[in-house]
Amino acid sequence: MWDFEFTLEVMPDLLEGLWITVQATVMGYLIALALGLAIAMVRRVPYAGGVVHAVMEFIRTTPLLVQLVFVFLVAPSTVSGMTIGVVVLGVHYSAYTAEVYRSGIEGVAKGQWEAARALSLPARRTWGAIVLPQAIRKVIPALGNYLIAMFKDTPLLFAIGVAELLTQAQRLGAANFRVVEMYTLVGFLFLIVSIPSAILIRRLERRYAAV
Amino acid sequence: MEFLIERLPLYLDGAWVTIQLTIGGSALAFVLAMVFGTLGSMKHWLPRAVATVYVEVFRGIAALVLMFWMAYALPVATGFQLEDRFAAIVALGLNVGAYGAEVVRAAINAVPKAQVEATVALNMSWFQRTRLVVLPQAWAQMLPTFGNLVIELMKATAVAYLIGVADLTAVAQQMRQGTGETIIAFVGALILYYLIAQVLISGMRLLERRANRRLGRTPSGGTGLSALLKYPAVGGGSAGVG
Repeated sequence: MWDFEFTLEVMPDLLEGLWITVQATVMGYLIALALGLAIAMVRRVPYAGGVVHAVMEFIRTTPLLVQLVFVFLVAPSTVSGMTIGVVVLGVHYSAYTAEVYRSGIEGVAKGQWEAARALSLPARRTWGAIVLPQAIRKVIPALGNYLIAMFKDTPLLFAIGVAELLTQAQRLGAANFRVVEMYTLVGFLFLIVSIPSAILIRRLERRYAAV
Repeated sequence: MEFLIERLPLYLDGAWVTIQLTIGGSALAFVLAMVFGTLGSMKHWLPRAVATVYVEVFRGIAALVLMFWMAYALPVATGFQLEDRFAAIVALGLNVGAYGAEVVRAAINAVPKAQVEATVALNMSWFQRTRLVVLPQAWAQMLPTFGNLVIELMKATAVAYLIGVADLTAVAQQMRQGTGETIIAFVGALILYYLIAQVLISGMRLLERRANRRLGRTPSGGTGLSALLKYPAVGGGSAGVG
């Protein structure tokens, strides 16, 4: 039934795919963290905030896969699939992180804003020294959840030909006629990464919930 | 514009498949969420362990990987070929059901203890307590997150195109290959996805309002049509299906 020799043989290739998956996740996540924060702040600006909100709403309610394939087909062929994948993943998830930041910012007590104004702090210090440190601390666990969510969305890069885990598995499985082993291994590798990270996030949650 | 109107019937066929996948997946996810969520809220360690294993395994594997496994590995391993659409529904249901089970478990645990104590004082059976006291209260609490999950599931149905289901995404690809009009072909599909999401959001809002009314609470987010169209708030662990 299960071919162990074959399993060992393909492991290096699969791990290479997993490494690309992790890289795509981390880079996309950094974009989502930065862009999400910028969006959450712009959303407080009249008019411009409304337009940005509508655009993000559209991005959030349409499938990531379609967005990926669409951008891949429209972009010039000199841009690599990996770059497109990372950027689209990051922008898609910034629609989610923006909402998380927003809830954190709205959770900051009104008195804090008023105190900053009373001290006539410039906007930069109001955000940088008063509001954001309080807001971000509270939303760290929620942001962490999106890191795991993104990791589980990276197999979609398969659709635009990035050599991530699932792509490798499909190639090797088809070449050796061993699809059961390949897809089961991919499932296991996903669990090996996502279960420990879920435990880590739960720890973070407990640590920051106490504050 | 003319391009899209001419090909609207094809797009609607694709959208119909997407809706079927969404409804089928949601129904399966709902049943699984209720069963494993209730098991997870029990005192005995065995049902709780069963629920934890289900949740961690199916939440930890991406829906696309599950779908590939169902479509390509299962027939080889068991000699039993699922129809593409059915395989997609099972994979989506198992995946989203795991997220839902956590929501159900949390909602049941959030029902105030005094409520449960009162049912014990009244000598109610476990079934009576769950059906008459715990679930109606937990229900109102789980609905907003369920709303998010339904949207996530609808978005994740696009993945079924990769195992050969003729959904909305497949139609967009077909259009592109047939005409070379990449932008119009895809924007058309994206708009339809957006519209389906808006209908789902409104529907979930209606359910939420009804559940709150039955408990004698005023719905959150105000009343009237504008409140219906608001996107439900994003909660901590609710997102990221697909």
